[in-house]
Amino acid sequence: MNNTAPVVELQGVATRFGENWVHHHIDLAVPRGQILALVGGSGSGKTTLLRHMVGLTHPTWGTVRLFGEALSGGSREDQRARRQRFGMLFQHGALFSALNVFENVAFPLRELGLVVEEELRDLVALKLALVEMRPAQALLMPAELSGGMVKRVALARALALEPELLLLDEPTAGLDPDLAAGFVKLILGLQRQLGLTVVMVTHDLDTLAGLASAVAVLADGRILTHGSLEDVMAIDHPFIENFFRSERSLHALARGRGNG
Amino acid sequence: MAATTLIPPEVEKVGDERVRLAGAWSLRGLAPHLATIRRELADQAATPVWDLTGVRVMDSFGALLLWRAWGRRWPQAVEASLDARQALERCALAKGEGIPRPARFRPGDFLALVGVQGLLFARHLMDFIALQGQMVLELGHLLRDPRQWPLKEISANLYKVGVKAMPVTALVGFLIGVVLSYLSALQLKAFGADVFIVNILGLGIIRELGPVLVSVLVAGRSGSAMTAQLGVMRVTEEIDALATMGVSRHTRLVFPKIVALSCAMPLLVLWTSFVALLGGMVTADLQLDLGYGFFIQTLPRVVPIANLLIGLAKGAVFGLLIALVACHFGLRVKPNTESLSAHTTSSVVTAITVVILADAVFAIATRSIGIPG
Repeated sequence: MNNTAPVVELQGVATRFGENWVHHHIDLAVPRGQILALVGGSGSGKTTLLRHMVGLTHPTWGTVRLFGEALSGGSREDQRARRQRFGMLFQHGALFSALNVFENVAFPLRELGLVVEEELRDLVALKLALVEMRPAQALLMPAELSGGMVKRVALARALALEPELLLLDEPTAGLDPDLAAGFVKLILGLQRQLGLTVVMVTHDLDTLAGLASAVAVLADGRILTHGSLEDVMAIDHPFIENFFRSERSLHALARGRGNG
Repeated sequence: MAATTLIPPEVEKVGDERVRLAGAWSLRGLAPHLATIRRELADQAATPVWDLTGVRVMDSFGALLLWRAWGRRWPQAVEASLDARQALERCALAKGEGIPRPARFRPGDFLALVGVQGLLFARHLMDFIALQGQMVLELGHLLRDPRQWPLKEISANLYKVGVKAMPVTALVGFLIGVVLSYLSALQLKAFGADVFIVNILGLGIIRELGPVLVSVLVAGRSGSAMTAQLGVMRVTEEIDALATMGVSRHTRLVFPKIVALSCAMPLLVLWTSFVALLGGMVTADLQLDLGYGFFIQTLPRVVPIANLLIGLAKGAVFGLLIALVACHFGLRVKPNTESLSAHTTSSVVTAITVVILADAVFAIATRSIGIPG
């Protein structure tokens, strides 16, 4: 295994949906320990890029490498092991609707087959406590949860296997500001303790300012810029002007920095 | 950071009073050595001093393993980095027993289960009758205000359940016709009663086999699709979205399906019976040397027209029943995948059962109609 390689590496990625080119030529490398926020206008292909990273979709051209290796390289076991090294939080949670909260979080751990039942209960309780869910809520079904609770349970499930890489699709959309701030603290804490690498797609400037150690701007089918928030904000481009430098955005950014 | 994950975790006894832990106490680091580590931890559980300073990384799995080995309380002394200590403190706060366990099944529950099933059946029956009533009211509304007829939906459904079902019903019908004709021919030859094959095929297919065969196919094909469609619309809240726009789900979703299937089924029955007779006729020609001309001339003489009407009436009634059952189950789907699959299965099974029951009723009610001789 190559330890100096970036955790996520995209090279010359281009994506076409029908006649429409979403990405033209994307090069992106996320070093270990970085919290990268991927921003861009609606329809600029942020979520698609995230799905490329985890291998749910494949780019028309170009290569995607995770932990220095091609996602689909190696034997079945290698691929399985690689997939257990990252966790993804889907935009709408994607909880298994036939399983209750406890079973949802326990699912990846059970699949691993290493954990005995009593440990499993403790681990799930731990993960649920991490996302501020009460143990009494563990038997609820996903349909009975509020939107924010779905998000938190989904995060607990994404964290169940102690991933090295966490991919978050709109993590704070649908959370109230208080929970969003708590979420930022939680991810920061995990990042510090476990050296987590995080790639997130977000529109929430509070979260972005509080959490992200780097920002990549996706516009016109390429990565416009990739750097610290200050560097990115200094660039002259209509999207950056609108997104970061409007009156509202500046307020949100200032607030977010306070939370982080 | 990554390099440390490769250092295997270690448990080392230092003197009598001290245990030193080292390496990566993370899920990935522990996984290959889990059995050994568990055993070593269990051996050292009573040691008073634990030195964790050699631990490079500790995630909640590693912390939990240790915490459980300690019997869920702090040993006399722990030397650890701040991060490891925090991970352990989180374990101390989380209690697996806090998660309620689902209740166990006791003998008394069996009685309750039977009762629940009985009530559920009654509930289904009531809802099914209510749905029929709703459809009658819907019809009344639409007769008074003809502009409201959901003609587009009806036409789309007609195409889906009727036209698109034609190839498969034809194939099955043809094969059944061939098989029936072939088996009958073998028997009839032995009695020298070759010509009666027209009676057997005509009566059997037109009156009985055609409608039932098509019903089974349509229940499996279109009934399940209707239930699944309504069910998914419930899961994705599309039905709720319709309701908030003031559009009745009964008018737009249920009624067109029922009208379309009631209209399409007699036509499908006609089509399938025709193809099945064709199959039978071809086989009769090959097996018994009964010419096509003879078959076609004899058919109207030995099979009174009443049988065809009965067959078509059956088709319409079965279509109505299948669509009603399918919509009934579709509207009861709860927003989860398990419920969707359970209801789709129930829909098909119930539809076929109901059709067979209705067929029995038809057989008794029409026993003196259209039987020659």
